[in-house]
Amino acid sequence: MSIFINKDTKVLVQGITGSVGAFHTKQMLEYGTKIVGGVTPGKSGSKIEGVPVFNSVHDAVKVTGANASVIYVPPGFAADAICEAFDAGLDIVICITEGIPILDMVKAKRFMDGKKTRLVGPNCPGVITPGECKIGIMPGYIHKPGTIGIVSRSGTLTYEAVHQVTTVGLGQSTCIGIGGDPINGTNFIDVLSAFQADPKTEAVIMIGEIGGTAEEEAATFVKAKMTKPVIGFVAGQTAPKGKRMGHAGAIISGGKGTAGEKIEAFRAAGISVSETPSDMGKTLARRLGRNVK
Amino acid sequence: MNIHEYQAKAVLSKYGVAVPKGKVADTPAEAEAIAKEFGTPVVVKAQIHAGGRGKGGGVKFAKTPEEAREYAKQIIGMTLVTHQTGPQGKKVKRVLVEQAGKIKRELYLGMVIDRGISRVVMMASTEGGMEIETVAAKTPEKILKEWVDPAVGLMPFQARKLAFGLGIPGELTGKAVKFMTALYKAFVDTDCSLAEINPLVLTEDGDIVALDAKMNFDGNGLFRHKEIQELRDFDEEDPTETEASKFDLSYISLDGDIGCMVNGAGLAMATMDMIKHCGGSPANFLDVGGGASAEQVTNAFRLILSDAKVKAILVNIFGGIMRCDIIAEGVVMAAKTLGLSVPLVVRLEGTNVEKGKEILAASKLNIISAADMGDAAKKVVLAAAGRAN
Repeated sequence: MSIFINKDTKVLVQGITGSVGAFHTKQMLEYGTKIVGGVTPGKSGSKIEGVPVFNSVHDAVKVTGANASVIYVPPGFAADAICEAFDAGLDIVICITEGIPILDMVKAKRFMDGKKTRLVGPNCPGVITPGECKIGIMPGYIHKPGTIGIVSRSGTLTYEAVHQVTTVGLGQSTCIGIGGDPINGTNFIDVLSAFQADPKTEAVIMIGEIGGTAEEEAATFVKAKMTKPVIGFVAGQTAPKGKRMGHAGAIISGGKGTAGEKIEAFRAAGISVSETPSDMGKTLARRLGRNVK
Repeated sequence: MNIHEYQAKAVLSKYGVAVPKGKVADTPAEAEAIAKEFGTPVVVKAQIHAGGRGKGGGVKFAKTPEEAREYAKQIIGMTLVTHQTGPQGKKVKRVLVEQAGKIKRELYLGMVIDRGISRVVMMASTEGGMEIETVAAKTPEKILKEWVDPAVGLMPFQARKLAFGLGIPGELTGKAVKFMTALYKAFVDTDCSLAEINPLVLTEDGDIVALDAKMNFDGNGLFRHKEIQELRDFDEEDPTETEASKFDLSYISLDGDIGCMVNGAGLAMATMDMIKHCGGSPANFLDVGGGASAEQVTNAFRLILSDAKVKAILVNIFGGIMRCDIIAEGVVMAAKTLGLSVPLVVRLEGTNVEKGKEILAASKLNIISAADMGDAAKKVVLAAAGRAN
């Protein structure tokens, strides 16, 4: 078991003819992901890595029966790509694109209202169920099938967590990057509740960062609804106020959204907080009562 | 991106937001001429990217054109220190000279994007002139909010609700609605991330005017607003941060003495935290991005080394798409071309890590290699303190 994606997920690549889209299509195919089609308006009939290209998501779904898509479209066109995928009624849309204007996302979210499709991202590394399906840009080989769910606002910091989980002798059920933008689709709570319901997931690592209040809300959810152990880390304890730390959403504004507040909320909810980014694996092992390898 | 008050007022007035008559002056003589043109009294306001200018002595009320010149002379060239500039302050290069009307009431009006609700929110408060954060902390009930549906924009009834909530008299409701509608239009048309009118004033003459104006823009939206890009004032920015943005590097100057180069924003923040945890202090935040080339790495090194405070450098890379051997080549190339004057600690993990480590070892450079993040931070803190590892 896993959450959101598995070996049967049939994936479209939106923006497949761009250099980034083509590169990652190859990587995902090599991992074993079922890439059934690509979408680039005006490029119908061509092929990338043997994958047929369509003019629209609707056309691609009709022919291939795809139920998921991943977006590598440039920032100025990405919100439109998200809406197109929602309109086609896919189960899940994963948007990798970084740098989408925030007001484009405000409009896209309005369009998404009431539709059944799930958006992950934007500005995220994607979703991977190790050994089954990789959708995104993460290096597949560092992952190992297992029982730990990982959810994070960051990319490389997630790889760090994956690596540490593997180092202590455990593996991952599904890893999800929800993205570093201030407005995103799937949030911590959506992922936590899916992990709670997934029989294969034994415990969860949640990686937050400064900015917004998503971590505080997630902590409230953990306290009220989660019976599985949750391990937490929050990046940006040393970040100055009012500065955007790389991610568009990682900013302490008006004195709100500090790492300190988030860590306090985590602790109050019974989440085991990793003091440093290099202790995530060890904190997990301790919480699960395992010997650290 | 931030702009000056006089620029924000120019942008807003194009959309029909009422602002006082005024012009910007680079010299005292110009300030005097503007005061003569508009008629006194006028207000002379220092133009820097920071709030709290009045308390710092950067805003003066002039009764005559001569006084306007005198105040402009005092303000232009002064280093203004406010609670937002930091102790070093900011040098004032120009002043805004504005007609001073008689103020009846001071209110607050602001717009931001509410992350939780994914909508633009218009906020209003009777506590004009106060910082909204202070009002929010002490008396949150005094902040009125209206969330805007992007499909229809700010509706007149929403603007009226805010106007009545602020106690704006009935006969001025029309003006208030026009003001708020124009502000919303300006906000969405120019990809703002924040627009703040503080104070919004009701004048004795029955007008509603933006006495001060602040606008911040979403960096991700700037590509479609050439006219806004041109308002950028590089003198207001950290020169190293400006330089970094030319190379698509995300860089932020900090106070410490350990230079950092990391791939990914989250990992970069976590690396800073790790350094602090080990008793050190980071000199910068630097994210080289997911797909940086050897050349990018060289540029990143040049930036770090341009900071005289830096006593040691930590490179922390988790190679995914970015291969460790490419990073290692970049590090070696940069160290050789730029000359490595401070100790360098490198932690590599991920794709092609063995190859990367071989390249570093074969370079014969004095590179301290680290096993993991914790080890790397410990080693770089010792190195910065001038102690052997």
